[in-house]
Amino acid sequence: MELSADTLKDLHRRMVRIRLFEEAAGRLAEANKLPGFLHLYVGQEAVAAGVCVALTDRDHITSTHRGHGHLVAKGGDFNRMMAELMGKATGYCKGKGGSMHISDLELGMLGANGIVGAGAPIAVGAAFTDRYRGEGNVAVAFFGDGATNIGAFHEAANMACALRLPCVFVCENNEYGEFTPRHKTMAITDIIDRAAGYGMPGVMVDGMDAVAVHEAAVESVARARAGEGPSLIEAKTYRYYNHHGVQNLGLKYRPDEEVEQWKQRDAIEGLERRLAEAGVLSSDEAAEVWAAIGADVEAAITFAEESPLPEPDSLLVDVYSVTGEDR
Amino acid sequence: MSAAETPEPRVLPQVMAFNEAVRQCMREDPDVFVAGEDVGAFGGVFGTFAGLQKEFGEDRVVDTPISEQAIVGLGVGSAVTGLRPIVDLMFMDFVCVAMDQIVNQAAKLKYMFGGTARIPLTITTGGGAGLSAAAQHSQSLEAMLCHIPGLKVVCPSSAYDMKGLMVSCIREDNPTILVKNKRMLGDAGEVPEELYAVPLGQANVVRPGSDVTVVAYGRMVSEATKAAERLADEGIDCEIIDPRTLQPLDTDTIVASARRTNRVVVVHEAVRFGGLGAEIAAQVQEEAFDHLDAPVARVAAPFSPVPFSPALEGHYIPDAKRIAAGIRDTLDRPQPGG
Repeated sequence: MELSADTLKDLHRRMVRIRLFEEAAGRLAEANKLPGFLHLYVGQEAVAAGVCVALTDRDHITSTHRGHGHLVAKGGDFNRMMAELMGKATGYCKGKGGSMHISDLELGMLGANGIVGAGAPIAVGAAFTDRYRGEGNVAVAFFGDGATNIGAFHEAANMACALRLPCVFVCENNEYGEFTPRHKTMAITDIIDRAAGYGMPGVMVDGMDAVAVHEAAVESVARARAGEGPSLIEAKTYRYYNHHGVQNLGLKYRPDEEVEQWKQRDAIEGLERRLAEAGVLSSDEAAEVWAAIGADVEAAITFAEESPLPEPDSLLVDVYSVTGEDR
Repeated sequence: MSAAETPEPRVLPQVMAFNEAVRQCMREDPDVFVAGEDVGAFGGVFGTFAGLQKEFGEDRVVDTPISEQAIVGLGVGSAVTGLRPIVDLMFMDFVCVAMDQIVNQAAKLKYMFGGTARIPLTITTGGGAGLSAAAQHSQSLEAMLCHIPGLKVVCPSSAYDMKGLMVSCIREDNPTILVKNKRMLGDAGEVPEELYAVPLGQANVVRPGSDVTVVAYGRMVSEATKAAERLADEGIDCEIIDPRTLQPLDTDTIVASARRTNRVVVVHEAVRFGGLGAEIAAQVQEEAFDHLDAPVARVAAPFSPVPFSPALEGHYIPDAKRIAAGIRDTLDRPQPGG
């Protein structure tokens, strides 16, 4: 598959957006400026970007507790994201969801999710709508290797295949479920081994290679759009930081050398080398992308810091919909 | 119109009233669909969805795997993207299998997403004991569900309400759980043929009375009515209130009645501890304490799993006799200062 220069630049831009947003969020958390948990996506950028470049705004995705990257990759607005992380009224969820529930239904992003594996059945429901409407849209469920051990994933995968829904399952295998290495929680090495059990193809890709992820996504999404049913993509990847928070080295459950080895294969650096060699994006142009997005992140921090906190009387707003309103 | 020309009221069993609500709503709104175990050609284990797949096809009446989490997830995901799903959990006990999707997803998305989500999802399920179905196919778990902000919980007691409340659930823009008491599905009552809605959150005064307020829902309404008929012979005039919707609860109607009768007995088939009776008793004492001549009483199941043998199950489920005894106890209590 020959990717256009625009597509390659799009991949790069989305990855840099994720990296810079997340690094900034990490700094803010270190400075105690963010309430609650923070699960950083740094290291896994190629997966969210590679898949979401294959989607339109009308396609749906479900995400995970590590969900900022998916929203950024789907086109999320930095200002509303940063404001939500700070619990401000101008945030995506008006300060009611925070990092773990960040969402943008207009972009088809059906939410980060605090329950491991819970997004997969919701993606199946979105895929059902997509087929029901017959407009050729698809739903993608993002989840980690750990989520493939929970019942919701198995039920969702089986149901999507049984009903032949336009659903793509994307496993980001980062080798750790929270603070426990994958090999202690499953007897298989490759998540795609599970795919055959549901009757769908399993596609293995290097999750540090945005082009490889994107090509696999294009194929699986096309298959789903054509009514040929679900696929499971496994992207082998790595999170640079701890399960939550901003510590990256000196963790009890993984060796520092391993972190360094994965960073040697950094997805953004790898793509930049490739784009420079291909004459698509020079290092100077890449630096401009970083600078421009860095300025956007700084502006988002300012926007969020200057935004008002939610009023106490908003506490009981939106517990229920008013039937018939906003239809 | 002379009496001879008055048409006979149409009488349907609850199962048909339910079926008609679904059928008419599916005709009215192409976004309504049904999914669940055995709902298609088989028509549902209690016949509640009989004939629907034949009329609406396999795309709108969907047989699913036995996967309760994914069934409710299918409902949540399709609802948040614009459809109006009805998903069926065969027995209320199976709600437990789907609890994450119900409690952490369906009930929460609207709020967690800052109001942007709308979840017009109806979950239907069969509750209640009395069929020797034992402890995993007989429970009344409505109190657990009423405890969750974001959900609405509906327990019809008559064929008329079954149809009208189901129509409201389907049209509702929030996740609702409608509990069909499986022992009442054959109970018949007057059901108009036209599409009508019984609003959620409005109690029904089933029987007006002046001596005691009896709050009962689901199958306990008919048992309470039998008890009231017996007590009428003893000169006791019971008012029976069926809340119909347990979440939101029509506290106003219950409290207004309590202020008039000064005595309240709550009846439910669910276990007594932590049941709806506890909540209703608490609300009545908060709103009508000075009007009460006796503590609010509860007639409910004992704190045990539902037993299998009819010899035991008969002792487990409250019936007209136990309800009458509970009402008499409440009335026999001496008035304060008396």
